[in-house]
Amino acid sequence: MNGEEGPVAVAERTPLVEMRGINVAFGGVHAVRDVSIDVHAGEVNGLVGGNGAGKSTLMRVLSGAHPADSGEILVEGHEVSIKNPRDAKAQNIETIYQTLALADNIDAPGNVFLGRELTTPWGTLADGSMEDATRKVMKRLNPNFTRFKQPVRSLSGGQRQAVAIARAVHFNAKVLIMDEPTAALGPAETAQVRDLVRQLKEEGLGIFLISHDIHDVFDLSDRISVMYHGRLVGTVDKTSVTTDDILGMIILGKRPEEVTQKDLAELELGSAPVS
Amino acid sequence: MANVADAAPVSGQVEPPARRSVPGMLAQTEIDLRLFGMVVALAAILLGFHLWSGGKLIQPNNMITLAVQAAGIAIIATGMVLVIVSRNIDLSVGSLVGLVAMSYAVLMTDWFPHIFGLAPDTPFLWVLALAMGIGIGAAIGGLQGFIIAYVGVPSFIVTLGGLLTIRGLVWYQSSGAAVNGLDRTFLLIGGGAQGSIGGTLTWALALVGAIAIVAILINSRRQRRRYGFPVRPIWAEIVLGVAGCAAIIGVAWFANNNFWPQGLADRVAAEQGWGPAPEGGWKIPTGFPFPIVLLIGVTLAMTWIATRRKFGRYVYAYGGNPDAAELAGINTRWTILKTYVLMGILCALAAAIVSARLNGASLDIGDTYELLVISAAVIGGTSFAGGIGTIPGAVLGAFVMYSLKYGLSFVGVNSPGQNIVVGIVLVVAVGLDTINRRRGT
Repeated sequence: MNGEEGPVAVAERTPLVEMRGINVAFGGVHAVRDVSIDVHAGEVNGLVGGNGAGKSTLMRVLSGAHPADSGEILVEGHEVSIKNPRDAKAQNIETIYQTLALADNIDAPGNVFLGRELTTPWGTLADGSMEDATRKVMKRLNPNFTRFKQPVRSLSGGQRQAVAIARAVHFNAKVLIMDEPTAALGPAETAQVRDLVRQLKEEGLGIFLISHDIHDVFDLSDRISVMYHGRLVGTVDKTSVTTDDILGMIILGKRPEEVTQKDLAELELGSAPVS
Repeated sequence: MANVADAAPVSGQVEPPARRSVPGMLAQTEIDLRLFGMVVALAAILLGFHLWSGGKLIQPNNMITLAVQAAGIAIIATGMVLVIVSRNIDLSVGSLVGLVAMSYAVLMTDWFPHIFGLAPDTPFLWVLALAMGIGIGAAIGGLQGFIIAYVGVPSFIVTLGGLLTIRGLVWYQSSGAAVNGLDRTFLLIGGGAQGSIGGTLTWALALVGAIAIVAILINSRRQRRRYGFPVRPIWAEIVLGVAGCAAIIGVAWFANNNFWPQGLADRVAAEQGWGPAPEGGWKIPTGFPFPIVLLIGVTLAMTWIATRRKFGRYVYAYGGNPDAAELAGINTRWTILKTYVLMGILCALAAAIVSARLNGASLDIGDTYELLVISAAVIGGTSFAGGIGTIPGAVLGAFVMYSLKYGLSFVGVNSPGQNIVVGIVLVVAVGLDTINRRRGT
């Protein structure tokens, strides 16, 4: 990928978010090992890797859900401290969790504004304004959505997903972390989410996209970062690699140029697991 | 059943086909069906015992006695809802009621006269006593809440320890003796003829309540109109308004048909120089007794906290999904701690009612309250799975439980017999609720 035009041009700008030398350990398990990764405005960085590769843990550090043991985070070139979800949100870093992280017993507006409720001058919840704002966001995300008063428990998977996305995009996010955004969705809803990712990218957001689905990642990402057993194998420009290169990185934990004939021979024998 | 709407009708929130049926019309009023069901159950219980007793139960004085008995439990149950909704429990409420009740007694009989030099029945002594009691309740609740939320000891253990420890402290407060003789104004908190607000104020309160209901209905409709949200059909608004006002005015009228005991009324009339008694003696309406007024106030305040304040929203969010609340940036520990502070304050209010009724405190005051309060909350639809339960539900739950107890004792069933029935009702109520929930998503 060296010598290509794209990456050089990108590297000249200051990344929107940059994580440097991140380490996370759970007891004896080194879940994330000295990982550095970044994303630029208007760019999707696809994060892939096998189960337990550390993708979600790395992103949980950025969203404030789990503090890093060491390493630094820079937002537009300035070092910031992210110790909890509030810190991340203060930096306009929003997350759509794989579990969606919705309070099932509360309605859509309540979930969209959870932790950031609008209040009246008397300090009470401004339910009208919150419902109004939620209706406006939803009109864009899922025009058929009508059930603003029901607890989200009673909504379908796609509708719940829309609520989680609405929460992330309503507050002028600059950086969006999407953890397996299409894993639980049907084909139509998946297409809807893909369109949304493209649209948000156009609007200049920087997006980290975690996905098991290599086609999703290839389709949507500008760069692809591969993790293997807690470390970053590498970040490559999508136009300079093939899906096979990426699969090789995921399975072998080596960059394409490092792969030997012996590795490939072993792969042939073991019939590589895809996804 | 609720999945019908999953296909997402293009506009409007209520499904029009169900319109003519009774359930469909109920849905259009957007009444909480669980609450509605409980009101029906409560009416059925009272009516049943009324018939069983040969038409003697439903009378103003009986209903007021019943309500005063239930008031203390209902007040604490409003707080227990928030504790259980946020996936915790408080077993210490009975002991805390005992401790604060004994505090009132010791303060008013010993500390105020002997240490502070305040003569008995000094004006506003009751305010001082009540403030100190609330302070004690809040402090102990806060301490337990701190250990639960910040140290991370399970609430069952912390409050079980609290149950034993606090009950033990009651003994040391009075060296094992019962204490009697409270401030005379303080005694009014316990109710009775003189501890009631009287006919005029009761009517005034009902009028304010009726106006408030209409104002809230109009205001919320206007709000939703302004934003262009779907609104209830106008007939539903009118039904709600009329039913609400009728209920409030009916209850006030009922309470105002309870009169002072004849001897007391005549004596007061003579003291005040009201002249010769009319035919049949003086009739002075008691109206609402203070414990009921306090319960109404607490129910409104707690409902407001639970549904209109961020704190209430966070309690429910944590109960629904603790991780989601955490990831949303909510300070969950502080939220949990505050639920226990509220519990302490509510226990202090209940303790005031109980000790005022007894004109003092005994060592076992508040004994087994924790069980009654938890039962009331659970009968009222609070779920131990977390995230589900309402304040008015818990208050109704307390009234359902006490109607059963009162009705049974009225027809001559003894206390163990009452416990059997209440125990069975508790399990059956929750069982029906569970089956119901399983069917409707």
